[in-house]
Amino acid sequence: MEKDEILKKVNDIFIDILDNKDIVLTYNTTANDVEDWDSLNHIQLVVAIEKQFKIRFTSQEIQRWNNVGEMLNSIMTKIT
Amino acid sequence: MKIFSELKKNLKNDFSNLKSIKVALLGDTATQFLKQALRGTGFEYGLDLQIWEADFNQIERQIFDPASELFEFAPEIIIIFQSSHKLLGKYNKLKPLQQNSLAENQLDLINNLYSGIKENLNAKIIYYNYAEINDAVFGNYANKVEQSFLFQLRKLNYELMVFAGKNTNFFIGDLSSIQNQVGKPAMFQTSIYINTEMVLSIDVLPLVAARTVDLIGALYGKFKKCLILDLDNTMWGGIIGDDGLESIQLGNLGIGKAFTEFQYWIKKLKNRGIIIAVCSKNNENIAKEPFEKHPDMVLKLDDIAVFKANWDNKAENINQIQTILNIGFDSMIFLDDNPFERNIVRENIPAISVPELPEDPADYLEYLYSLNLFETASFSVEDSERTKQYQVDAQRVILKSSFINEGDFLRSLNMVSVVEPFNTFNTPRVAQLSQRSNQFNLRTVRYTEADIELLINKEDVFTYTFTLEDQFGDNGLICIIILKKENSETLFIDTWLMSCRVLKRGMEEFTLNTISNFAKQAGYAWLKGEYIPTSKNEMVKNHYLDLGFKQEGKFWLLDVMNYENKTCFIDRK
Repeated sequence: MEKDEILKKVNDIFIDILDNKDIVLTYNTTANDVEDWDSLNHIQLVVAIEKQFKIRFTSQEIQRWNNVGEMLNSIMTKIT
Repeated sequence: MKIFSELKKNLKNDFSNLKSIKVALLGDTATQFLKQALRGTGFEYGLDLQIWEADFNQIERQIFDPASELFEFAPEIIIIFQSSHKLLGKYNKLKPLQQNSLAENQLDLINNLYSGIKENLNAKIIYYNYAEINDAVFGNYANKVEQSFLFQLRKLNYELMVFAGKNTNFFIGDLSSIQNQVGKPAMFQTSIYINTEMVLSIDVLPLVAARTVDLIGALYGKFKKCLILDLDNTMWGGIIGDDGLESIQLGNLGIGKAFTEFQYWIKKLKNRGIIIAVCSKNNENIAKEPFEKHPDMVLKLDDIAVFKANWDNKAENINQIQTILNIGFDSMIFLDDNPFERNIVRENIPAISVPELPEDPADYLEYLYSLNLFETASFSVEDSERTKQYQVDAQRVILKSSFINEGDFLRSLNMVSVVEPFNTFNTPRVAQLSQRSNQFNLRTVRYTEADIELLINKEDVFTYTFTLEDQFGDNGLICIIILKKENSETLFIDTWLMSCRVLKRGMEEFTLNTISNFAKQAGYAWLKGEYIPTSKNEMVKNHYLDLGFKQEGKFWLLDVMNYENKTCFIDRK
């Protein structure tokens, strides 16, 4: 799966979980850029992503990403 | 069941028409998601749970400080969630010699928490029991070693049941059973635990919330009372009309075993007070044959309160069952193997629960277990007598049709009533009736056993219970009155509720005669009543008007000095 394709799927997950259809993610988007993307919702997003891609992040990974791009990289390494 | 993100979306819905209940949630791990799941689930159940969440790990501080935010909030329900992980943490710090007192110490703490709440507040407590963690230090041998964590955890869960049995306002939220159902990998997700201190996975939250709200619902009178069953391929394998008595599948062989075990389950429900009715497309005599003659039938005709076997539409038959039993459709469950019949019933009677029974009868029981259909907040001896009473009701309906004059019919019943105040013997039944009665209930104030006990010796409160017996049998305790002195002239009817089983028998008049005579003798001038409408009690909208009370604002007044006893055919025993 291409990174852009993953971005689109992750974007959809954000829209669903945060219940905000205006969210547009880029590789550089950080938690500060998205309303309601707090540490609690982060967990819910992570679990939804895990489910969508049938992967599991380690407990450290979850806190390590600085932006959406890094998160996508983590997903890439797990699904390929 | 909705998933967590869907429950969360419920939070944006309009809760304003729902019944609101104040709930406090105290946990020793992070409970934000649980709070959202509970409120979102409440919406699904028609409840506006107003949840106050204590700051993280503040259980003791909130409860042992009478001036805490908890008591200021004054919740009706307090949910306490002490996690197995924190319990393990405590255990880990103990010296080996102290380890075998972990359960005892924890129970002491729980007892203190319970007393601490009880001293300040009349609230119901829901305490989650402990989902098992096997730390595998002793292997299987842990079961023989009292100081093992597994031994202590299981002991604690057992002792909690004993404790709950003795303390009427203390209820267990059975987290351990939930983990049993879904498995620990589904219950607990390590990465979430490490990052947020939450011990429940996102996937299990809806289930935990549902089981909790089941319990809250039951405490507020929302529970199932009646199970209506199809026969062919639901109660036994095969079709009695086609296959005949010898060929239906029942007993120990093959798929027959599934039906036999299913019937044992129904029997247990009947014994615990669930009304069992039959609704089948069959000729009545053929449908009854297995009940009378098949050696492997667990259920007998005695177990069935209403038996409907004919070729009419099932929705129509269920309507008739409802008329005889006089309980709400939302307290009924209909089980049928046929998806077509299920849909007809669903479409015609939206309030009734119609579980989507699995195709394979071997799956029936496991599936039904998982739904937790029969939550309850009370249990009394009279429950097991209920089927008989409804059967008697059906006989009475037949007798009534032979009389032209209502009075003649009532006189022929030879009715007597025992009138008593609340006491230790009738407390469980009074509490139960207070929680069960929805229709004939003027103000729908719910009282638990603990509440009732407080009323027994209270000054300026006068309590009455009424039984009703007739030539067909004893209905037991069916009516409750609580009067509160408002001032030297006025007695307020805080509670007037009655079982719908005894409607149209003159019980209302007999009750009013009794309490207005008391009021008159005690020197009061007025009985004051109030009707608080709910979605269920429209039946008594004109109750006070019909009994001759005069409206005064939102209240109703009866001049007891000039009251003349109303005609009724019930004698005081």
